[in-house]
Amino acid sequence: MIWIIGILVFWALAWAANVRLVHSAYADTTAVRIAVPVLFGITILVLWEGLVRGFGVSQIILPPPSQVLVVFAQSTDLLWVDFVQTVLKGALRGFLIGACAAFVVALLIDRSVFLTRGLLPIGNFVAALPIVGVAPILVNWFGFDWHSKAAVVVVMVFFPILVNTVQGLRETDAMQRDLMRTYAAGYFQTLLKLRIPAAMPFIFNGLKIATTLALIGAIVAEYFGSPTRGMGFRISTGVGSLSIDLVWAEIFVSALVGSAFYGVVAWIEKRVTFWHPSQRQAK
Amino acid sequence: MRNLVPILTVLAAIVGIWWLAVAPMNIRPALDIAERGGAVVVPEGSVERRNVSAFKLMLDNRAYVAVGYDLKRPRLPTPAQVGEEFWKTTGAMVAKGRAWSKRSLIYHAWVTLQSTLWGFFLGTTVGILGAVAIVYSRVMDRSVMPWAIISQTVPIVALAPMIIVVSNQVGIEGRGVPKAIISAYLCFFPVLVSMVKGLRSPTEQQLDLLKTYSASGLQSFFKLRLPASVPYLFTALKIGIAAALVGTIVGELPTGAISGLGARILIGDQFGTPLAIWSALICAAILAGVLVSAIDIMQRVTLRKMGFVS
Repeated sequence: MIWIIGILVFWALAWAANVRLVHSAYADTTAVRIAVPVLFGITILVLWEGLVRGFGVSQIILPPPSQVLVVFAQSTDLLWVDFVQTVLKGALRGFLIGACAAFVVALLIDRSVFLTRGLLPIGNFVAALPIVGVAPILVNWFGFDWHSKAAVVVVMVFFPILVNTVQGLRETDAMQRDLMRTYAAGYFQTLLKLRIPAAMPFIFNGLKIATTLALIGAIVAEYFGSPTRGMGFRISTGVGSLSIDLVWAEIFVSALVGSAFYGVVAWIEKRVTFWHPSQRQAK
Repeated sequence: MRNLVPILTVLAAIVGIWWLAVAPMNIRPALDIAERGGAVVVPEGSVERRNVSAFKLMLDNRAYVAVGYDLKRPRLPTPAQVGEEFWKTTGAMVAKGRAWSKRSLIYHAWVTLQSTLWGFFLGTTVGILGAVAIVYSRVMDRSVMPWAIISQTVPIVALAPMIIVVSNQVGIEGRGVPKAIISAYLCFFPVLVSMVKGLRSPTEQQLDLLKTYSASGLQSFFKLRLPASVPYLFTALKIGIAAALVGTIVGELPTGAISGLGARILIGDQFGTPLAIWSALICAAILAGVLVSAIDIMQRVTLRKMGFVS
């Protein structure tokens, strides 16, 4: 009972603090902008901890976050091996291959109006399909090691990036292209100096969507067979052997990796497309 | 309509490449079968062949390439084989009056569709309510919005088995509810983001005008903000329903479900029947197409009735 009352009090206090922070004179400073969501996140963790302890939920169903943290600290070696296998070998390699392939294909398609018209609707359609379903087929083709995981990731990230890049390459208007003409710029000059920079916001949009898909693909592919390491392998065997706290530690790692991956791409985007209205900051 | 010819050409090219790829993909099992049947194959023995490239094998054994197009368990089935299997598990079942048997894909598609629609409904509701809260409360905006973004960077497949474990223990029978939760998780985000944009789309002038009419907050919500957000909502719903379907299939894949399209894929993998996987994939693609087009039609009709220029 004391746990329940405790977390309710904490919740009320944290919420009140957030309300005060947001309506205070410092609401627009960076510190407050970061502090408010962090406080909200801490509140959720405290609620989770308190509810699990207060209601005496079995650890086999839902371990409290503090215990997950302990397991995380104890098994960093294991988690690191899984991280290397799934993220560095599977997801990242697949992401790079898929992104480069999609970019090159987009440039080729873009040269032909006919292909653009034919491939764009199909690409849009395929991007909406549940492509994760091909995971068992690709695991069958490429074997259990990281190659099949990278292949699944390639297939999953290819279409969102392709569609976005093709759309981005069409972003320049006639005036801008005419200007390049008056400069006597050739196809490649126009491409490098005008069209690819103009396409960057779209390309990064595709890349950001693809970061999540890459992790999903790499983890799902491991459910269909993998060497005895990897995040997906650990999760599926962890659920079976009731070491749920280890599973939550893996989920914690995957959340961390997913956010970091997205953050890195968003950071690069900010550097590359600093000129775009959505990235400009009022000074 | 002017896109029809290019689309059909590209589709034909894809099927053509697929058909050509069957030969190198299936040459090894085809040669194994031919050899077992007493034919002379160069080089002999499947272990010997492992280090020879597929194209050299095809050149040396031209007579047996055709065998690869008629395998029972092909590595890559031909388009015709997939079409035949798909027809056998859908149309032919209907013709026999067994559309709802467990071997019919229509039954499995229906199971998947139900979870998808529940998840879609749940996710859309959460997304819209969240957007309203975010637009009207600065605290929500500042504290929830960053977490909504982070929630999408967490690979849902990692969470899927846990959602099923927890909901099983809480006493929820069956897999419908956890699947719907997973698809709602993927579906709410696009709706939330678009609705926040849409509800904020009225200009300062329009809001001021309503103030001069002395409209209450509720009135300006229902008469200005909500109608203005409808085009944004429909764009998000199209992304959302596709995401909801992905979520349901992901929810069925790693969890040992026995009915649903994802379960068909899983079972096809476990029993080594690639044709079942392929026809389930085709079925999922058709389902996605139907769902997205249905929302597209709703969008067109609604926007025209509301007077948005389309």
